[in-house]
Amino acid sequence: MESARNQVGFALWSSADAGEIVDAHEGEQGSLLEILVAFQQRFGYVDDEAVDLLADRLNLSRAEVYGVVTFYADLKREPASGHTIRICRGESCQAVGATEIVEVAEQVFGGKLGTTDDNGVALEQVFCLGNCALSPAVMVDGELIGRVDAARIRELAARLGGYQGG
Amino acid sequence: MVDRRRVFVPGDSAARSVGADEVARRITQISSERGLEVEVVRNGSRGLYWLEPLVEVETPEGRIGYGPVTAAEVEGLVDVGFLDGGDHALKIGVTEEIPYLAKQDRFSFADIGVIDPFSTSDYRAHGGLSGLTKALSMSSQEIVAAVSDSGLRGRGGAGFPTGIKWQTVLDAVADEKFVCCNADEGDSGTFADRMVMEGEPFLLIESMAIAGVAVGASVGYVFIRSEYPDALSAMRRAVEVAYEEGWLGSDILGSSYRFDLHVKSGAGAYISGEEMAMLESVEGRRAVVRAKPPLPAIQGLFGKPTLVNNVLSLIAIPRILTGGSKEYRERGCARSRGTQVFQLAGNVAHPGIVEVPFGITLHELLYGFGGGSRSGRPIKAVQVGGPLGSYIAVSDFSMKVDYETFAQAGAMVGHGGIVVHDDNTDMGKMARFAMEFCAVESCGKCTPCRIGSVRGMEVIDRILAKHDVLDNLRLLDDLLETMTDGSLCAMGGLTPMPVRSILKNFSAELGIDSIDLVEIGRVV
Repeated sequence: MESARNQVGFALWSSADAGEIVDAHEGEQGSLLEILVAFQQRFGYVDDEAVDLLADRLNLSRAEVYGVVTFYADLKREPASGHTIRICRGESCQAVGATEIVEVAEQVFGGKLGTTDDNGVALEQVFCLGNCALSPAVMVDGELIGRVDAARIRELAARLGGYQGG
Repeated sequence: MVDRRRVFVPGDSAARSVGADEVARRITQISSERGLEVEVVRNGSRGLYWLEPLVEVETPEGRIGYGPVTAAEVEGLVDVGFLDGGDHALKIGVTEEIPYLAKQDRFSFADIGVIDPFSTSDYRAHGGLSGLTKALSMSSQEIVAAVSDSGLRGRGGAGFPTGIKWQTVLDAVADEKFVCCNADEGDSGTFADRMVMEGEPFLLIESMAIAGVAVGASVGYVFIRSEYPDALSAMRRAVEVAYEEGWLGSDILGSSYRFDLHVKSGAGAYISGEEMAMLESVEGRRAVVRAKPPLPAIQGLFGKPTLVNNVLSLIAIPRILTGGSKEYRERGCARSRGTQVFQLAGNVAHPGIVEVPFGITLHELLYGFGGGSRSGRPIKAVQVGGPLGSYIAVSDFSMKVDYETFAQAGAMVGHGGIVVHDDNTDMGKMARFAMEFCAVESCGKCTPCRIGSVRGMEVIDRILAKHDVLDNLRLLDDLLETMTDGSLCAMGGLTPMPVRSILKNFSAELGIDSIDLVEIGRVV
């Protein structure tokens, strides 16, 4: 089945599609987090409607479902409006210039870490991408990039349609 | 006769992060244009990361490496006949003769970066499944005794004797037991678990099956952090193959044992790597730490006895069974037996995997293997054991790395990660960062960690701003003591470790003179 997609390639939220994901985990013990991760991957976020849906289908309290949705950093409450750039601020990346990478990214994308710029590009911090031997590291929409420098960040901004000002 | 040549271009996510996919594509493209018979194998990484993408070709002399290769350089390599080991500026010779690798004792990492991660024939040809085969011929108690005799201790960080854990789960009486592999490798400076899952996933599967047979568990879970998408897909693919081959499921390898393995993904929470919090995540809940006791070995996943081990602890087991416990125990020193898979990261010239027996000095790791800093500037400090580990000063680099020596020095080996900092690093900022990290990643269950980390950032900010330094140092000391003694798990309990090590070794960078330190006394 072909689902409608938003501009960054995620399927639009649909109760029927969400229900099918829940069906696929029928009978599994402790499947709540796995289902939420599947929602995130499919729709790019977890719709508010998921709380009632999952409480009902998994026989959990709404509080329990809400608690899980809001605990994990990966689970977003709003649909993504553009690309996501995750900059590693782990110690290994800091040792070779992650702080400068953050500064340059904030400058060329025109937004602070933890915010989304006018073009919909979200800048996020992350603590370790497991690429510590090739620090500094960033992840762009799930693609890992190592040995990043300021020039590479500017190149990314040009490619992803960032603000590029300064 | 022109043979079909095997060319190895790592499919490891770190190698891919610096262009290995483009290199592989280019090799395929140019070879086909020139009518050369080439099979490109996407192996794991050898862990010589400054050389990635490291391209290897099979020759009669052995595997010859070229690196670091960019896609633009592939044509030139083909021109000089690199498929036959032709000379080129990027040629580094026979990979296994590179001193960095030749000086190591690759007990657990013997085949990572060597074999095709998804080839069952490669895996068998390199001794795969002989550990599980051996285990199936032994009694549960014999397997556990072999693990105990090896002296293996938990490689996740705590260093708890693995054999005792296995014995406890074996002795627990229950209708159901579980094996749970903690692959939530969240410490900055560590990447060995990821390399195992991407480079030799069958080894982890075999190890978990052995654990299941040993303790009487028929279901296992591998919990992998979501920041490792390649490791997640590699494990899922390998598990599928293992089922097809009869290595998992009912009657594994034709025995009467059943072992099912599930791959579970995290969702971006460092605390999920804490043993009890991980069980909550596997059960689908918020990763909130559970109080111990009861130990997971008695009452773990879904309330059943559960064996929780780190990736590196588990993968040592097959060879311990086939080679004998003695072979493992003979390596290392004091009560730190076997090899440790060190991971060199941060500002280091030769970052990567160094697997050697315990007892090597930090100096040898950093200069003998690491080649000093990447920047060429003097090394100022190394943080060993992840974000919760101590910062060690140059004056202590003669220290041997083993559990006991480190514990005595107020440090920890942890998961074996070593992050190198040169003299540009501001240690005051790193002390503050330790608190910031804890504030962001705390699960919130206990007050010393949840509130203490935030107060810690504030008080360090005041010290750095030179506001009432002495009073604030006293306050910080008190806060660190409360976090150490009052936190429910290692997150809040060990966050003081990096902070205290900076107070002790780099007090000048916090703007503290030695008089303050004498007055505080206990801070150092």
